[in-house]
Amino acid sequence: MIYERRASPLHATRAAVASAWCVLLAGVALSFEHPLVLSALLATVVVAAAGAGVARRVLLALGLSLPFAVVIALINPLVMRDGLTVIARLGTVPALGQLDITAEATAYGGVLALRAAVVIACFALHSAAVDPDDLLRAFRRVSFRSALTAALATRMIPVLTRDARRLHDAQRCLAGEPAPRRAVVRAVAAGALDRAVDVAATLEVRGYGAARRAPRGGGRPWSRHDLAFGASAIALALVGLVAYVGDWEAFAAYPAFSAPVDARLVVVTGALALCALLPFADRRGIGR
Amino acid sequence: MTAALLLERVTYRYPGAAAPALRDVDLRVAPGEFLVLAGDSGSGKSTLLRAASGLVPHFHGGEFTGRLESGGLDTRMHEPAQIAAVAGALFQDPETQVVMGTVRAELAFPLENRGLGAAAVARGVEEAALALGIAPLLDRSTHELSGGELQRVALGAALAGRPRLALLDEPTSQLDPVAGDELLGVLRRLNEEWGTAVILAEHRLERCLSAADRVVALRDGAVACDADPRGFLDWAAQRAPELQTPGARLFSLAGRRPLPVSVKDARRTLAVQAARFDGVAPELAFGAGSSPAADDGSLDRTHRRGLARLRRTARAPAALAFSSVWLEHKGGATVLRAVDLAVAPGERVVLMGRNGAGKSTLLRVAAGLTAPTRGKVVRGGRVALLLQNPGDYALRDRVGDELPADVLAAAGLAPLADRHPRDLSGGERQRLALAIVLHGERPAVVCLDEPTRGMDRRQKDALVALLDGLAHEGTAVIVATHDAEFAAAFAARTVLLGDGRPVADAPTADVLAGGWYFATQTARILGGAALLPEDGAALLRREAVVA
Repeated sequence: MIYERRASPLHATRAAVASAWCVLLAGVALSFEHPLVLSALLATVVVAAAGAGVARRVLLALGLSLPFAVVIALINPLVMRDGLTVIARLGTVPALGQLDITAEATAYGGVLALRAAVVIACFALHSAAVDPDDLLRAFRRVSFRSALTAALATRMIPVLTRDARRLHDAQRCLAGEPAPRRAVVRAVAAGALDRAVDVAATLEVRGYGAARRAPRGGGRPWSRHDLAFGASAIALALVGLVAYVGDWEAFAAYPAFSAPVDARLVVVTGALALCALLPFADRRGIGR
Repeated sequence: MTAALLLERVTYRYPGAAAPALRDVDLRVAPGEFLVLAGDSGSGKSTLLRAASGLVPHFHGGEFTGRLESGGLDTRMHEPAQIAAVAGALFQDPETQVVMGTVRAELAFPLENRGLGAAAVARGVEEAALALGIAPLLDRSTHELSGGELQRVALGAALAGRPRLALLDEPTSQLDPVAGDELLGVLRRLNEEWGTAVILAEHRLERCLSAADRVVALRDGAVACDADPRGFLDWAAQRAPELQTPGARLFSLAGRRPLPVSVKDARRTLAVQAARFDGVAPELAFGAGSSPAADDGSLDRTHRRGLARLRRTARAPAALAFSSVWLEHKGGATVLRAVDLAVAPGERVVLMGRNGAGKSTLLRVAAGLTAPTRGKVVRGGRVALLLQNPGDYALRDRVGDELPADVLAAAGLAPLADRHPRDLSGGERQRLALAIVLHGERPAVVCLDEPTRGMDRRQKDALVALLDGLAHEGTAVIVATHDAEFAAAFAARTVLLGDGRPVADAPTADVLAGGWYFATQTARILGGAALLPEDGAALLRREAVVA
């Protein structure tokens, strides 16, 4: 998942704003549990990705995250004892004790998986549409440690992607069956700390964080897309906040699963989708 | 005047390490001095450079005693980011030395970090790009670059701010001889015209010794020799033969003095000593195609054996054959163009050529990692490929879990069974990766991509012995390398690639004897009469007897 400049409103937005927009969208997903809102948010992210010209990449990331979502969906009914509707009695299982699978825990497992999918899609969109170089420059003016952390987060994805590709190629060079994909992923994850240290060392010797002030004459005027996505991010935050404080989401997973759909929820869902997608309607000045 | 670099009784131990990586090092580098750091792998060269850039101890932790000033900044008081304003640093792995998405952004990054204005940044980027020959890459994504391109870009980023001190750890390891020479030219220009002090750690000393004012050799973290280049060569001849340049080794073995710092120096000495070797070259260079000359008795035994083997292998069925192989990227460049190439069982072949000539791609196509767009590849069995990063082959936490015990023992790795693969030295990692690649069905062909990167001479000799063993068992061995000395020691046949196709395919002696860039130092000194110091010394001794 490597950034590539495309002609889209999101790509044309300054990195700090585009990043905040993606993170807020993920934050909104984390603050809701209702399947309708989460499904709408997932659809919104995919449509936004299409608007940014990176739908294939986001769908690919969703596909790759599917096993993770399934694991979440499966684990919840196994570990949750709440819920009134028992749908299977699995007897006594070592370490877990009496295992009764409830419909509520199963449904809530699905909700958690859906929420994880929305968050993953948001970060996939972030990786594909937010310029990490610009982001690095933007964070340079904040405190050095947080800037370094943010820089590592943005740089590590391409570095680890390249590592995974090389390790996979190396496995294809061996006799017999290559190591399973999870072994490669594990090796990449195990080496991530070393790689992070290497990248952080490079950032340090390039003087990252040494100059707190912005380069002279480096200020860029705010474009229509900066303003539009900035307003969209604020609107998303406000709608999410109002719905949360006003408890407009009448959702309960336990003891009985309840996800009623009322007018207020429909309005909130529509408002969130509209706030998120409206900036994509303006296609002026989106070229490189 | 403030020293460009000053170390006073510096001792440093990495966290958890049993022995210090630097021991009691005293060193003063004057502004505008060009210093070469020599030493075997693990001798402390990289650690010294990391200490000079402030990463040791700020970044790596550990125990640090003594005082170190880089460009006048005490590294105990200043962070690496502050030291970066006076010292540009480039370390070994270019993959992690590039942190931005495009080449232009990468070159601009250190300048922006110093708070320079847009015009100064733009000028710095242009100048660095022109100096390093990477102007055509400016708008390319960094993730699309080859290893050599990445290395040049990382070097450009290190030098873009025109620092007072340049700290460079094997900056030419992934560069072809042409790009390597150009890079050294840039460093000389920076050094001579701008007064930048350069500290350059290198294994291939023959590349850089002539540019150096001084050479410091490290051994077990301590300074073992601190002298001018000629003084260093005299010391190496007595105390560290593995650090000798091929030219100095040639003269040492032939009993000639003074030891030469450069090819020009060697030829001048030989001319003064009235040895006329230029005229000797044609009849002594062995060539498969030139049978009458080849069989005239002037060839030494090694060359005759090589020639005989070439003839035998030419008749054998191919272990690997390319027939009109093309590789054209969709919407991109043509990487391979109508490649016809056959390699016989037991044959030892090197692929040479400039960066981007298609060497790595050819190996990937041979191993089936990349499918050609046209043409046919016929394999006589499994093709094992060792890619550029040997660490990529070990996925487990213990060396012992990678291979059965008997295989580890056969590879000489049994004592390392409990170590983590990442804790192995470069040479050990290479041996482990090769053992992993060779395990299982016996390969008909073994391909290695730049296996000598970062290796000292002892490790290269061990690799040559290992590959020789494979070839003697009938496995064809193909190595892509920029290292002409290694190619001469190992290969019977050299294929020179240019623009995606073989432009020369001949016995190694023919290809490496007469080239401008693709030639060993011994060949350049003796006008192509011999490739290796041992053969050249025999020739010099014989000439001396005749004279």
